[in-house]
Amino acid sequence: MHKHLGVKIVGILFLAVFFLTGCKNNNSKITVVGSSAMQLLAEQAGNDYRLAHPSSNIVVQGGGSGTGLSQVQAGAVEIGTSDVFAETQKGINAKKLKNHLIAVVGIVPIVNKNVGIKNLSTEQLKKIFTGKITNWKQVGGKDEPITVINRSKGSGTRTSFEDIVLKGQKPIRSQEQDSNGAVKKIVNSTPGTISYISFPYANDKHIQKLDIDHVKPTNKNITTNKWKLWSYEHMYTKGKPTKKVAAFINYMLGKKVQKDLIPEIGYLSINDMKVMRDSNNKVTKIG
Amino acid sequence: MNAKSRDKLATIIIHILVAIVVLILAGILGNILITGVPHLSWHFLTSEASSYKAGGGVRDQLFNSLYLLVLTTIISLPIALGAAIYLSEYAKDNWITSLIRTTIEILSSLPSIVVGLFGYLLFVVQFGFGFSIISGALALTFFNLPILTSNIEQAIQGVPQAQREAGLALGLSNWKTIRGIVLPAALPGILTGLILSAGRIFGEAAALIYTAGQSGSTVDYSNWNPFSPTSFLNVMRPAETLAVHIWKVNTEGIISDATIVSAATSALLVIVVILFNLGARYLGNKLYQKLTAAK
Amino acid sequence: MSKNTEDLKQVVDQAIAEQKVPHVKLKKMGPNDVDVDKLTKPSKETRQEYWGKGLTYFAIGLIIVLVVSIIGFVGAHGLATFFNDHVNIFHFLTSTDWDPGDGKNHVGAAAMIVTSFSVTLLAALVATPFAIAVALFMTEYTSKKDAQFLQSVMELLVGIPSVVYGFLGLTVIVPVIRNIFGGTGFGILAATLVLFVMVLPTITSLTVDALKAVPKHFRQASAALGATHWQTIYKVVLRVATPRILTAIIFGMARAFGEALAVQMVIGNAVLMPYNLVSPSATLTSQLTSQMGNTVMGTLPNNALWSLALLLLIMSLVFNFLVRLVGKKGQK
Repeated sequence: MHKHLGVKIVGILFLAVFFLTGCKNNNSKITVVGSSAMQLLAEQAGNDYRLAHPSSNIVVQGGGSGTGLSQVQAGAVEIGTSDVFAETQKGINAKKLKNHLIAVVGIVPIVNKNVGIKNLSTEQLKKIFTGKITNWKQVGGKDEPITVINRSKGSGTRTSFEDIVLKGQKPIRSQEQDSNGAVKKIVNSTPGTISYISFPYANDKHIQKLDIDHVKPTNKNITTNKWKLWSYEHMYTKGKPTKKVAAFINYMLGKKVQKDLIPEIGYLSINDMKVMRDSNNKVTKIG
Repeated sequence: MNAKSRDKLATIIIHILVAIVVLILAGILGNILITGVPHLSWHFLTSEASSYKAGGGVRDQLFNSLYLLVLTTIISLPIALGAAIYLSEYAKDNWITSLIRTTIEILSSLPSIVVGLFGYLLFVVQFGFGFSIISGALALTFFNLPILTSNIEQAIQGVPQAQREAGLALGLSNWKTIRGIVLPAALPGILTGLILSAGRIFGEAAALIYTAGQSGSTVDYSNWNPFSPTSFLNVMRPAETLAVHIWKVNTEGIISDATIVSAATSALLVIVVILFNLGARYLGNKLYQKLTAAK
Repeated sequence: MSKNTEDLKQVVDQAIAEQKVPHVKLKKMGPNDVDVDKLTKPSKETRQEYWGKGLTYFAIGLIIVLVVSIIGFVGAHGLATFFNDHVNIFHFLTSTDWDPGDGKNHVGAAAMIVTSFSVTLLAALVATPFAIAVALFMTEYTSKKDAQFLQSVMELLVGIPSVVYGFLGLTVIVPVIRNIFGGTGFGILAATLVLFVMVLPTITSLTVDALKAVPKHFRQASAALGATHWQTIYKVVLRVATPRILTAIIFGMARAFGEALAVQMVIGNAVLMPYNLVSPSATLTSQLTSQMGNTVMGTLPNNALWSLALLLLIMSLVFNFLVRLVGKKGQK
């Protein structure tokens, strides 16, 4: 039965080569890589887009904002997605990349339900994350030590949070988790914890969202920058996008995605914003 | 304490330890199955996953997991087999051989994300395969080879020397002895290795996120042309497996039924692994009986 | 070939000429009856042998290329931290200040090294007795059928994704530890317990193979000498199987060492020097995995992560040597 083992192996190798060379002719392929927040949106939009344009082939993957930016800069993918401005990332030459703002996502601090806090001032929040306040009773809650769960360094959510709340101060060394899901589970199950997650993940009864300076974390407050914790969702292309890529980005900015899909997922349409923020966190009114 | 009572004591301790392990096993599997199985339904198995609405299924993920397993096995088994035969039968017992063995062993401690990134830079970017099943299968091969090779080598070494001598005495070549006598006799051990590595393939997420991708494309199950981009057999399409799906739903999923989907998918995964293991053992035993005339 | 034929003819002729035993009719098989081609060519068996040997050489060659390329790849990226970004290697190994985004003076991996070491070692220490007990139970104490059932169930554990283990750990183990020891419950202890379950199947399966490979007559000989069951196991079976059991442990530790997703969720993932078993800390792999996607290729934070991967390779090499050394000592 083993008589032609060698022949078989050679055959398999041949078949493999055949397979690989036969399939590499997808030049209509658009690969979108990067932030996991964008992945959700682009994946669904990509599927819808494919229904309207059957010849298109849109591949959407996550991997993180850093991956998205470095891969689009290297020319390995057509679109790199990111939660942060390319200008803020070391090693990325933002001048070579073209920025397309697609949507806005809010970030909200969350605490474990047992701490008994519903509102914090920006100053208190800052002191908690820099380690100056270490017990919940110092901010009017139960006598319970504070456990800070930070997000992974360099992640879009953390960068936005630190820019807006900590304003350059160093956070204390603490536990770090890199996904909204894990943070939510840990805060849910561990007494005394505080962290922050994106709006779409916070629709959960077990979770205590916090107001900041008595401003409620709503999408409406974001449009006027009353709720300051928010970030853009970017799509970056290397230089000017090709026709096919431009068509897809236009679709992302079009009515169908902006009016239906984006609100449905829990993000904010870029068209709803009444203010603008640049890479240095300067906020200006539109119009 | 005399030998007899020591013997008794050892027996008792071994039984206690085994009982603890069995309890843990039962607890974990029970937990997964009890929370997951009630949510398994025909609809769940046959519908597409949904990225933000509730009520999605795992049809594509299920198929992708199996397809990836088959491809990875086709690629890695012959290589592992060859390398294991070399190490156990042909290699001289010197420092080079032990160096090879050691490097293979330490390779298996690389975190899967490193293998994933390596695969990403090499297959996805350098070779231009893109996020695809084939990139995933190649990365898994990297990931899989060390333990598979070492397992098979051990299985082969476990075959009594007398069997080899018998083969050689019949005038068979060394190679023919290995193929006709040693390998069939080592089959059960090889099978264990294969099952263990198949389990890891089913359960692996981090290495696949960067290679096979974490979201699939639209797949058409009636299209049997492996070169068409929408065919389910196309190896160049991106694919999400069950394990990656569980990972994604738990970490960044915003579907409202995330816990249910995750529990059901985990249960499904366990069931698939059970079926695979049983099937592999059954076929293995049949093959073993046929090849060695052992009953 | 013709020269060979000539030579052969000469030899045959000479043999006929020198023939001393007349009743053997050498003449009958004269030089022309000999299939010279067949005699001078390698036999079918030899060709098979070449063919087979070639295949195995090809396979091992492929694996070597693969190993070298991946080690070279990790090495090139990992060493860039020291050569391109000029991080002091001594500082890297001894400092606990891990903040590569802030420049080359904040690249210290000591906390992670300690944590990784302790977690791996503890997990192996806890898992090995259980694994050996289960393996002994399967091979020496119970029927083949029960053993096979137990093994199949065990192998199921390998197929469960690490995320599932992570969440099980988070919802089951961490609260229990929190209630017993206080603190948040995250830490080395929780990670050890999760890893214990994850490496158990690997160590057990390989140990079973090791025990099965001990020839039957060893046991029979020992029993014939009047040894009890346990004496046979302890003095004969385990001794003979030691090298392979050690390999099993190495693979188990390797798995523990490389595991990221599950550990990350239960250890807390805070780059702090662990001061006890229930204080949050981070392993090399948990940092590596959670940071990789957020760094830009070629920059210091990214290179520093590759250095962690390189460190991981070197440390598992050290582990490997240590275990082998112990094994050699134990055998003597």
